[in-house]
Amino acid sequence: MTAGVDLSPKAQAIGSDEDVVRVRQLVRTVAVAVKLSLVDQTKLVTAASELARNTLIYGGGGSAEVTVVDDGRRRGVRIVFADSGPGIPDLDLALTDGYTTGGGLGLGLSGARRLVDEFDVETAAGNGTRVTVTKWSR
Amino acid sequence: MERVPVLKIGDILLVSIQIDMSDQTALALQEDLAERIVATGCHGVIIDITALDIVDSFVGRMLSTIASISRVLDAETVVVGMRPAVAITLVELGLSLNGIRTALNVERGMELIAASREADLTYDGEVEYPEPGQTATSP
Repeated sequence: MTAGVDLSPKAQAIGSDEDVVRVRQLVRTVAVAVKLSLVDQTKLVTAASELARNTLIYGGGGSAEVTVVDDGRRRGVRIVFADSGPGIPDLDLALTDGYTTGGGLGLGLSGARRLVDEFDVETAAGNGTRVTVTKWSR
Repeated sequence: MERVPVLKIGDILLVSIQIDMSDQTALALQEDLAERIVATGCHGVIIDITALDIVDSFVGRMLSTIASISRVLDAETVVVGMRPAVAITLVELGLSLNGIRTALNVERGMELIAASREADLTYDGEVEYPEPGQTATSP
């Protein structure tokens, strides 16, 4: 059924505004390919947009890797955002709605967490940040 | 950088966002619109987001900012054509589009602007001052 659809992992460097747009487009393509519902596609692409912007603004750039995952019952899309920026000193605070150090709305990280099924952040001061999100098909 | 065109139709500026905007493009639109409102003296701005398949916090903030800027410049902003999946996602993201009026399509948006313009013009806007000769009584 998925013949002709390329489901191999794909990476997108994040170094500029336009790269954030490219991440959105890449995630959308993969979300459509694994047949996420329209609402789930929209949620995942929106979360990816927030996280890619964080990678650019707070992480000083990095990359997004998009993988198709399969747990035997269903398929999903996993995205890893990685940067080698300053890291997040207080993760709990960073995950609070409305908290921002960058002049935004403070909804990027906390909002993105609500939009996906699995959300994981690995960060250490001075060692960069790695955010992994997964959205499963229903 | 791509730019979003701003069209003038009668007393209304119409912006139909047809591209996946970079953040810079969104900021440029904000500035272009402010300039066009002043240059044209238009009293209404309609932003058609029918073609947008996501609205993230950046674009959401841009819409709120445009609405605030146009209000200060005596124009009303109506956002039209939001997709259902976008509305669901926005709410879950935690974004309340503060101060933004919405309508389902461009036609309803134009009606909304015309109606509120009329209400503005018929409201006499008079503030109650004491009659001449009377002294204002202090409470």
